[in-house]
Amino acid sequence: MENSRRGFMGKAFGAVAGVGAVGALYAMKKTWDPLPSVKAAGFTTVDLSAVEPNKLVIEKWRGKPIFILKKTPEMVAKQTKEETARDVIVDGEHYLVCIGLCTHLGCIPAYRSAKEDFKCACHGGEFDSSGINTKAPPPSPLVIPPFKIQGKSVVLGEEGPEYKKMKEAGVLA
Amino acid sequence: MAHFTKATSLHDWLNQRLAIDTLRRVMATEYWIPKNINFLWAMGMVLAFTFGILLVSGIFLLMYYQPNVDLAFDSVNYTIMREVEFGWLWRHVHAVAASVVFLIIYIHMLTGIYYGSYKKGREMIWISGMLLFVAFSAEAFSGYMLPWGQMSYWAGMVITNLFSLGSLELNGLVEWIRGDYVPGQAFLDRFFMLHVLLIPLFILGLIGLHFGALRIPHVNNQDGEEIDFEEEAAKYKAGKKRESKVIAFANDFLSKDMFVVSIFLIFFFYLVFWHYDFAMDPINFDPADGLKTPPHIYPEWYFLWSYEILRPFPKDPGLIAFGFAQVIFFLLPFLDRSPNAVPASRRGKFFIWFWVMVVDMIVLTAMGKLPPQGIYSTIGLVAAVVFIALWVALPFITKNEKQV
Repeated sequence: MENSRRGFMGKAFGAVAGVGAVGALYAMKKTWDPLPSVKAAGFTTVDLSAVEPNKLVIEKWRGKPIFILKKTPEMVAKQTKEETARDVIVDGEHYLVCIGLCTHLGCIPAYRSAKEDFKCACHGGEFDSSGINTKAPPPSPLVIPPFKIQGKSVVLGEEGPEYKKMKEAGVLA
Repeated sequence: MAHFTKATSLHDWLNQRLAIDTLRRVMATEYWIPKNINFLWAMGMVLAFTFGILLVSGIFLLMYYQPNVDLAFDSVNYTIMREVEFGWLWRHVHAVAASVVFLIIYIHMLTGIYYGSYKKGREMIWISGMLLFVAFSAEAFSGYMLPWGQMSYWAGMVITNLFSLGSLELNGLVEWIRGDYVPGQAFLDRFFMLHVLLIPLFILGLIGLHFGALRIPHVNNQDGEEIDFEEEAAKYKAGKKRESKVIAFANDFLSKDMFVVSIFLIFFFYLVFWHYDFAMDPINFDPADGLKTPPHIYPEWYFLWSYEILRPFPKDPGLIAFGFAQVIFFLLPFLDRSPNAVPASRRGKFFIWFWVMVVDMIVLTAMGKLPPQGIYSTIGLVAAVVFIALWVALPFITKNEKQV
């Protein structure tokens, strides 16, 4: 009798402690989540009409740098199909729009306009003018953020039809 | 209820309530240390003392530091450095101690490896010590975030990105750790909390475990000799101190320990007053800027060897190699298959293994600091491969070791 009573108390305590621990861990996990104000940092609209060709423009979206590179007709002409598939075409002009963080460990690669490519100083990775990785360690191309074309501007953070098409083609990253 | 008598003195009053005589006996006058040791056995006390210095200097910095992305940089570089009287002293002491503590940790670790102080019942000393190494690394990293300079920001970016675990792309986990898409206010606040409370709590607990783990196997000695501590202690207590192979922890051993600590402190304060700059990266005197990566990112010198194991490989293999380097030292007591707990100099191939490992880690450290180009990349790659190969080879070269 004594033993079964003790056993029951042990199990009851275990159950209460278990529920409490799961609840506490859940609360702790949620407390560390990004705040709503951070998540709602929202949408950034970038006007592309003033961008000069072969000159990198860096915008900020959700705290991340966004690379915008308008390509010259020569650059577009010598591109491969894979490269062109990643172009954002606005008003007949080809643009690279991507998150400017190296896909290795998140440094910002620098644009070398003479060589028409990106070089990451941290670990020596390189990308071409379409953001495709050409030299290790980065394992994948620079990521194209959700965008929607609106006249001569792009809205970052919103998924437009052109973005969805790229997503289906699997060329976003 | 226990029986208490009228106290004859304050000592007696405390003794009846707290058993201070017993405590002193157990912790100091009858805790036995072998005589056959050298100055390297004082590194534990040097580390404990340096931790104390970090704690005291940290308390003073904490009183003026502002964990806010807009204020942090100036609270360190203006308020503490220029306005607070002797603020510069606490900052330089804290920065130099944070760097030097790793030098001593490495010496302490290599001493343990050289003399085989991780086997024959001393495994938990080694494992608790490695846990302390991990805790100190986390403490150093979180502290490095606080001045919110360029290196703070970008080191935070790069290291938290490691948690996406390469091709697994766990970006949600990275954002959860940061509390933001990039290091920001939430990130600075939580690393501040980790640095001043949670990790120090872990460190204090681990120091207790590390000391406790020493209690039963006792400290190793220069020859790995198995000492009968009870027999030797009996000789000591009988007054045959010359014959006994042991001395008491306090005040005998402690007085020698503190002599080494004194010499260390002279070196330490020489660095604090004349060469503090080695512990302060010039790039971190630029405020954090999320849109500008410094041209060359490298960690503090004590992380360079493991950083260099990450760097020369493609992303996923690099992460695996890096993870390997982080955990492999934990397994040393089990990868070393030889029963010999004697100095490396008497262990043949292990002696070569030890020195190749030391040289390899120095090479990795040097290459980690240099830009990842040309011949440096190649040397780094070779050194990283050698590091992994050494650990894979360890069980084989120790398995057939002759019994000493």
